[in-house]
Amino acid sequence: MNAAPLHIAGQRLMLDPAGVAIWPAEKLLVVSDLHLEKGSSFAARGSFVPPYDTRETLERLALALRRWRPERLVLLGDSFHDRHGCARLHASDCAALQRMLGALAQVVWVLGNHDPEPPVGLPGTATEEYRHGPFVFRHIAQPGRAVPPGELSGHYHPKATMPVRSGAVTRPCFLTDGRRLLLPAFGAYTGGLEVRDPAIASLFPRGGRAFLLGAERLFSFPTGPLRGAAPVPETANAPP
Amino acid sequence: MGTLPELFQAWFADRGWAPRPHQLALLGAVQGGSSALLVAPTGGGKTLAGFLPSLVDLHEKPRPEGKGSLHTLYISPLKALAVDIARNLTAPVEAMGLPIRIETRTGDTPANRRARQRVDPPNFLLTTPESLALLLTLPDAGEMFAGLHAIVVDEIHALAGTKRGDQLALGLARLATLAPGARRIGLSATVAHPTPLRAYLSPTGRPEDVALVQGAPGAAPSLDILLPEGRLPWGGHMGLASMPEVYRRIRGAGVTIVFVNTRAQSELCFQALWRLNDDNLPIGLHHGSLTVEQRRKVEAAMADGRLRAVVATASLDLGIDWGAVDQVVQVGAPKGVSRLLQRIGRANHRMDEASQAVLVPANRFEVIECVAARQAISANELDGDPPREGGLDVLCQHILAVAVAGPFHPNDLYREVLRAAPYASLSRQDFDDALRFVEDGGYALQSYDRFRRLFRDAEGMIHIRGPAAARQLRMNLGTIVETPLVKVRLRGGPVLGEVEEWFVSTLTAGDCFIFAGQMLRFEGLDALACIVSRGGEGDPRVPAYAGSRMPLTTHLAARVRGILHDPKSWPALPESVREWLRLQQHVSVMPPRDGLLVETFPRGDRWFLVAYCFEGRLAHQTLGMLVTKRMERLGMAPLGYLATDYVLACWSAFEPHGIERLFEEDILGEELEAWMAESSMLRRTFRNIATIAGLIEKNHPGQEKSGRTMTMNADLIYDVLRRHEPDHILLRATRREAAAGLTDVARISLLLARARAGGIRHMALDRASPLSVPALIEEGREWVAGGAQDALLAEAADLVAEATDGADLFNEILANVTEAIPPRGDRDRARRPRDPKRRNARFIRSAPKNLGAPR
Repeated sequence: MNAAPLHIAGQRLMLDPAGVAIWPAEKLLVVSDLHLEKGSSFAARGSFVPPYDTRETLERLALALRRWRPERLVLLGDSFHDRHGCARLHASDCAALQRMLGALAQVVWVLGNHDPEPPVGLPGTATEEYRHGPFVFRHIAQPGRAVPPGELSGHYHPKATMPVRSGAVTRPCFLTDGRRLLLPAFGAYTGGLEVRDPAIASLFPRGGRAFLLGAERLFSFPTGPLRGAAPVPETANAPP
Repeated sequence: MGTLPELFQAWFADRGWAPRPHQLALLGAVQGGSSALLVAPTGGGKTLAGFLPSLVDLHEKPRPEGKGSLHTLYISPLKALAVDIARNLTAPVEAMGLPIRIETRTGDTPANRRARQRVDPPNFLLTTPESLALLLTLPDAGEMFAGLHAIVVDEIHALAGTKRGDQLALGLARLATLAPGARRIGLSATVAHPTPLRAYLSPTGRPEDVALVQGAPGAAPSLDILLPEGRLPWGGHMGLASMPEVYRRIRGAGVTIVFVNTRAQSELCFQALWRLNDDNLPIGLHHGSLTVEQRRKVEAAMADGRLRAVVATASLDLGIDWGAVDQVVQVGAPKGVSRLLQRIGRANHRMDEASQAVLVPANRFEVIECVAARQAISANELDGDPPREGGLDVLCQHILAVAVAGPFHPNDLYREVLRAAPYASLSRQDFDDALRFVEDGGYALQSYDRFRRLFRDAEGMIHIRGPAAARQLRMNLGTIVETPLVKVRLRGGPVLGEVEEWFVSTLTAGDCFIFAGQMLRFEGLDALACIVSRGGEGDPRVPAYAGSRMPLTTHLAARVRGILHDPKSWPALPESVREWLRLQQHVSVMPPRDGLLVETFPRGDRWFLVAYCFEGRLAHQTLGMLVTKRMERLGMAPLGYLATDYVLACWSAFEPHGIERLFEEDILGEELEAWMAESSMLRRTFRNIATIAGLIEKNHPGQEKSGRTMTMNADLIYDVLRRHEPDHILLRATRREAAAGLTDVARISLLLARARAGGIRHMALDRASPLSVPALIEEGREWVAGGAQDALLAEAADLVAEATDGADLFNEILANVTEAIPPRGDRDRARRPRDPKRRNARFIRSAPKNLGAPR
């Protein structure tokens, strides 16, 4: 797993292909849109999708924590798929989560639109917006150009489609213009919104760079300015 | 042999007809109380035969109006067919003054009539498998069907062996419980193996319980093979070079159906014919992506004799009897004998006259295939798939449907399901798992207890909990899972049809493409449709549809191999093909009948390996993936491969040697396992299964864009489920279906065994052999890394980095970079260098440049 460095607001962040960002100077790990208990939320409406999404998401998170050994964890909102998600946690998942978070010096739950209330019975503090150093962590990016550099947010579940030799590949991605960073959704059952979608593209009027998640590394591509599609990379000629 | 009442004999005599022997034989069998399968060629008066017993019975014992009036249920795979049959039956019923009311019930039937049909059913109800399934979910289905006397299943050969067929089989088993007295009548075109069809139709699942009535074979069709003037093309499948000859044939005959193999091909042939159409002959277009109204219009025009020709895909393989079709033209290789016969049968629905058919091969290999098909037809050899087991996903849907209709006991339902032939060997374990899936998802981690859909009472009866599940079921009933489609709408005009979503996603405003027989310019997307305008300039593209090409059947493949191997059979081939084969003999060798010929040669800056397997495109695709994986392990650095129906071609950076190791039987082991788990085919299969089983909601075209979608991506579910409960019933169903649907895997193992037994003949050549040329100019290459998208992404990322000089410090530099590349959709397209890659996108073919708009 090779993380990619990214400089924002004079600080170096590491983007991990697993879909989390790390601020090594502060031993801080950021993750967004866990959407825990999305499965049971669907089940309540009669759609019995496999109930293993929480377990899967937590296992992946535990891996990232083991790799980076941070002291602080910031969750950028929509950590639970709905406001009762926390109450539906399976006992074993709940215990795993408590163990995981208990080992950290600080846990910050940024509240999202899916989970507007702080989780009950879990370590950490909840806030609408968290500031630390030059960074501001919020769930939804603030529109407009006037935002000072250093905004980290989630919410949009950015994904990007890149044309390759045999069609196209779509992956969740980080998206940044050197001033703000959009994190991919981390949850096992989270889909994505194409970065070309006006909702995302309007946040990056001058275009940006997408870091597509791969198994071992990130793949970086520039994205066109507003409404622009990703440029098609020139590639070598096809055989005969 | 049954005898007809006088009234009927007089009716036949009035028309100058005599009842055919098989019509009377069927009448006799049914009057004797037995179920029966009628196998007869098209045009044999099959439908009338199927209804004759019911007509006679109602003539002798008229039914009163009201609840018990439903006498005969007719099920056809096509809505249009049900409507057409209703019309055709009305004539004899009225002429004989029979007291019979005939109605249809399909998705198009208005709600008020459907409601009335429940209270006062017609004597003959004509419907489709899906509408029947819906009927069976009604709580009063029992009363409605109680007096049912006969069930007629039309085109049964097209239903058995499919998921729609599974659903119908389960529905028939249900009907047998509700109406034990109803006998079944199956109507089938000529098939290779009638026994599985008898079993399918049987109320017990055993073939012996269904009488077999065989119609006399029709006159042998007269089959011409038409070659283009001038040179015979080396490659391509569109057959456009032959269009002038096809046009002349159309002009020379009354009414012609021009069958093609894909929708893209139909658009191109239609365009080409209209360019040649100096006489302004009325020529129409018919394929499955056009709107229903448009298709109906074409069908009506055809039936009224207002069209001279129609270019059609499989959308016309089954269906309405037009009577007046004089000839059938098959453009492109027929791919299977049964399918070809079915198509030929559309010409001249009078069985004692020979059907006129013309085969138009598009390239050299297809010429051989056409000759092989002609030989097979004259030898009366049909191909056909063996029966397959019923899908567990369909069973899940059925269990929920039964629960919606009313409480049931699992033991009773299990016994009932076993009587449906596709489920005759269903284990109790699978049944219980399916039931548990319907109940709460059936996961080992039992966390959905409180959301259960079903509950059991003290007597073990299963009830449904709440009306939500019923609503959900009715929305998602059926086994046809559509790929996401987008409507194509003319700006300020009507909807022209639908194309697959991914095709639209490759379009940029200003691009033009051919659809519904017109050149269209892509304007943009709105919430519901892809907006287009007429006209447009430049290279038009043609929307193609994933998986629309049929693979070559094993039987036909064997015949093709036989012809190639045996020079004595070459005189049947045209001279240009013979010359091509002789050249191959001179440069290399002919593919052996047993064993496998593999050629290797350098070309350009790479090495090519061409294996002459003849096992169909799907099998070759899988084989290509396996062989290139093995090449990678042996350090040959494979770059890509291509599968046609006849050969597999791979190219690599280094010279391949030790060819035997590439075709060892153990490539089907780990490499296949590893590939299967990641393969898009398995994911696609899972998506369909999850949809049919009711795990995810069906796509309702046009609706998903409005409102918030509550469906979840099936891929995400697949990944999570595979990791945490690999033995879940839906994954079992997926693997089972993939293994069965992967007849190609079976074909690969056959091929590898043949290669081992017969030996691999490796020819190391210094240049391409004549036989390999068609493959080398084929489109539709697969890249190694079919699964390893990461490698492709890395390549693309590197190239971008190269182009931008490795500028990974963004801010200012990034702005420069991104602004230097104009966004897509720029009006000023001329300045944008034409992107060479776009034309290589899979499934998208560039149309020949010389095609203009039709007049």
